[in-house]
Amino acid sequence: MSGIPHDHYEPKSDGQKWLHKRLPVVGLLYDTLMLPTPKNLNWMWIWGIVLTFTLALQIITGIVLVMHYVPHVDMAFASVEHIMRDVNGGHMIRYFHMNGASLFFVAVYAHIFRGLYYGSYKAPREVTWIIGMLIYLLMMGTAFMGYVLPWGQMSFHGTAVITGLFGAIPFVGESIQTWLLGASAVGQPALNRFFSLHYLMPFIIAGLVIVHIWAFHTTGNNNPTGVEVRRTSKEEAERDTLPFWPYFVIKDLFALAIVLVVFMAVVGFMPNYLGHPDNYIEANALVTPAHIVPEWYFLPFYAILRAFTAEVWVVQLADFVTFGIVDAKFFGVLAMFGAIAVMALAPWLDTSSVRSGRYRPMFKWWFGLLVVDFFVLMWVGARPAEFPYDVISLIASTYWFAYFLVILPLLGIIEKPMTPPTTIEDDFNAHYGKKDGAADAVATPAE
Amino acid sequence: MLKKLALTTAVALGLSAGGALAAGGSDAKIENYAFSFEGLTGSFDQNQLQRGLQVYTEICAACHGLKYVSFRNLSDDGGPALPEDQVFAYAEEYEVFDAAIDDFRSATPADKFPASALANAPDLSLMAKARAGFHGPAGTGISQLINGMGGPEYIASLLAGYTGEEKEEAGTILYENTAFPGGWISMAPPLYGDDVEFADEDASTELEDIAQDVSAFLMWTAEPKMMARKQAGLTGLIFLSVLSVLLYLTNKRLWAAAKGKKST
Repeated sequence: MSGIPHDHYEPKSDGQKWLHKRLPVVGLLYDTLMLPTPKNLNWMWIWGIVLTFTLALQIITGIVLVMHYVPHVDMAFASVEHIMRDVNGGHMIRYFHMNGASLFFVAVYAHIFRGLYYGSYKAPREVTWIIGMLIYLLMMGTAFMGYVLPWGQMSFHGTAVITGLFGAIPFVGESIQTWLLGASAVGQPALNRFFSLHYLMPFIIAGLVIVHIWAFHTTGNNNPTGVEVRRTSKEEAERDTLPFWPYFVIKDLFALAIVLVVFMAVVGFMPNYLGHPDNYIEANALVTPAHIVPEWYFLPFYAILRAFTAEVWVVQLADFVTFGIVDAKFFGVLAMFGAIAVMALAPWLDTSSVRSGRYRPMFKWWFGLLVVDFFVLMWVGARPAEFPYDVISLIASTYWFAYFLVILPLLGIIEKPMTPPTTIEDDFNAHYGKKDGAADAVATPAE
Repeated sequence: MLKKLALTTAVALGLSAGGALAAGGSDAKIENYAFSFEGLTGSFDQNQLQRGLQVYTEICAACHGLKYVSFRNLSDDGGPALPEDQVFAYAEEYEVFDAAIDDFRSATPADKFPASALANAPDLSLMAKARAGFHGPAGTGISQLINGMGGPEYIASLLAGYTGEEKEEAGTILYENTAFPGGWISMAPPLYGDDVEFADEDASTELEDIAQDVSAFLMWTAEPKMMARKQAGLTGLIFLSVLSVLLYLTNKRLWAAAKGKKST
């Protein structure tokens, strides 16, 4: 499967040979587990395992929750309270599921920014990147629809706002919004279909995760140097890599355990900290909450959505040029989806010949600024749309687009990158002082 | 890189959650009351919950309901823990509508508290989770991170926050309240101090004290499994910490040879 030369599964016993001829499933598992993995991977390469675990956690807790949940506008809220009060262990299962969504997004953002820094999106891993972006989009859809199900105030009015975004599309917007909701307003049809899709989409994600893994198992993992594993012979490849089992499985499980310590502390001691109190009030169409704020993981893109108001000259220009078809509301929607689209296009926008940000002196600063920008957007996304937050969100949104559309393409031309090490082995040995055979070298923490 | 990300994530989580809630209490004055159930190991004060139940029963229940709470839960460990015969006797004081006999009958422990008697009096089952309270110091949300979202602080501040001023607006009398967003609330002051007589004569019946008692009780109605949750959290933390140490040692030993170090 992988392009990196390595030992393949050889059936030994008669039984193994019998099965292997008919269904090489053991071979598939063996090749997946024994995949040669660059041995210099640092601690930012652990998020994949965390994400896989979280997907499983969400599916398992979700299946149990569905056994007790009632998707009906009059009973949904009460059924969640039934889970919290009467179902054995229900309060823990629900808090795991609720905060599991936050864990999912913490991990996915770390995973995405890892990829952006070390150039994991660059050739030949574009397909892995694009599939990852699709998974991310589906995650956002799933999380949004899941948030609707408890049928609290924020569920209800958040749905009205988000589906209203589709209503901003010129000409066909209102029809699309009605089609999405199954009615002209948020109600029983919307709750039913969101419940159905919220159950379906995790399985589509699971399928895409398999394709995502398949894709990077074909190209091999990226690594902090961005240098490819030597593939000319098995011996050389083995000096750059270690098998996934047991080296990376144990390392990743250790990292996962640490992440779960934090997660357990959140679930056990502050399960409602990341949520919004208004969602403990049953949905009421007649009372709109003072501030409709999405969950924290949507805030950066929510900020971009709100940043482009009718006062911004770009918006006015778009409005003028398109004879009013692209008004401020639609422009905001385009900007929000565009912010994700430009990220997905990173493989073709980055012109640098060097893959890893570690060897790109100018890139490092711009990337650092992008990380800060992301958190600034998250912060202003939770603030009311008034001075000075409107100005801050406009500047921060502009930088988000500038990074992908201007800085990434230009940097490849004007930046003079440093020379990465020739091989992964060199990088690894430089790190651990194996070169001189010094057994007493001081252990430097990996990154 | 990792450190930077971890740090910024932590800061952003604090900022965004704090920010989301700052809106709720920006113009309101919320006292930072100390409740026994705050913090990692804090637990409900059983006596306080029972006093709070009495305040709720004698005063709040006149208008408000607790429609998600069952009478039987009053005997739960980690809650008010009333003896079962008292729960039976308490439930019998209430009338509930039974669809099976199409008539009202006296309640049993299996029934739930009645819903609000007045249309504009909100149900109180979840009120302590539906409000954010003290989010300081200085709007940072650190208190909420450690002590919880502060719903009980909001309720106690509200009950003790009447200034005595009244005004009439569109036929409704509004009462000035320093904790209520906007400053004017339509609920008349429910507590003045000395509103109840506790069996325990040492228990204070000062306004701020009974306000805290009933707030603690409402925290329990909103989160009846809080003690079980914290216990599960603590057990989970211990298990996962031990697992982390074991995996750390396994990982260190596993990689030692590859890193050119002597395995220990």
